[in-house]
Amino acid sequence: MQRQAQYFIKTALVQLLAAMLLGALLLIGQGLQIGGLGALLPVYYHLLMLGWATQLIGGVALWMFPVLSRERPRGDERLGWFAYGALNSGLLLRAVAEPANAAAPRSVWGVLLALAALLQTLAIWALVLALWPRVKGRPAPQRRQEGS
Amino acid sequence: MPPVSRVMVRTALIHLALGSTIGGLLLAEKGLGLFPWLWLLRPSHTHLLLVGWTVQLAFGVAVWIMPRLDAAGNRGNIGLVWLCYGALNGGVALAALHPPLAALLGGLPQWPLAAAGLLYLIAAVAAVAHIWRRVRPFGAAARDVQA
Repeated sequence: MQRQAQYFIKTALVQLLAAMLLGALLLIGQGLQIGGLGALLPVYYHLLMLGWATQLIGGVALWMFPVLSRERPRGDERLGWFAYGALNSGLLLRAVAEPANAAAPRSVWGVLLALAALLQTLAIWALVLALWPRVKGRPAPQRRQEGS
Repeated sequence: MPPVSRVMVRTALIHLALGSTIGGLLLAEKGLGLFPWLWLLRPSHTHLLLVGWTVQLAFGVAVWIMPRLDAAGNRGNIGLVWLCYGALNGGVALAALHPPLAALLGGLPQWPLAAAGLLYLIAAVAAVAHIWRRVRPFGAAARDVQA
């Protein structure tokens, strides 16, 4: 497994832990009727679905999808690194800015939330561009060898 | 990767890009409060990402990577996978387009949402019917031949 995939997968595992911690806090808050935690619910969903599920899928796909060529097996790896950086910085910024924006709407937190949105969207587009050319069949010569 | 998996994975990537773009617009709207009508797209965001991306990608990769049925590399009834593909994406399209179109046109009948639910069910049944027999140990096909 190449270094980039390891970063994606290990960070996805950290995001899973963070999401479960937040989910536990939300349930404890609900059980003990502690108010004010509701603004964290969308953060919990997105840590789980974007930080964990999509990042894990991205890491495994970058590792396991068919290679492009012998010279450049994984294409332009800068796209993957950009996706990694933008996704995680966007999620981190969102985790802080979303509850802060709920507490103080139309403040600087709103602008930071929009920045988090931009980072996450660009991250996904970069990931899609990195994976798109690798959705392909097996190269013909290899297929012939295996068929023989 | 067989052609049907390539089509499913690429369609899933398109859904991921679309669903995430809508999600980004919604989050930016939450921060800036410029275009409140964007919230009409929230169900589209959910359907595109949960079904169009996650479910479709998982199934497209499963068709590619799960053990084959025999030593010749037979993957089973690929027609079921195409049925799943058509039903799943038809369902996503109906479920994702209905809320904004209903708002834009001043109301729509509800039957397209019921049809989307039915299409999701058909897609799931076709997916399970295809993949069920392929849940077996790797190398089982070769061992069947030797036996």
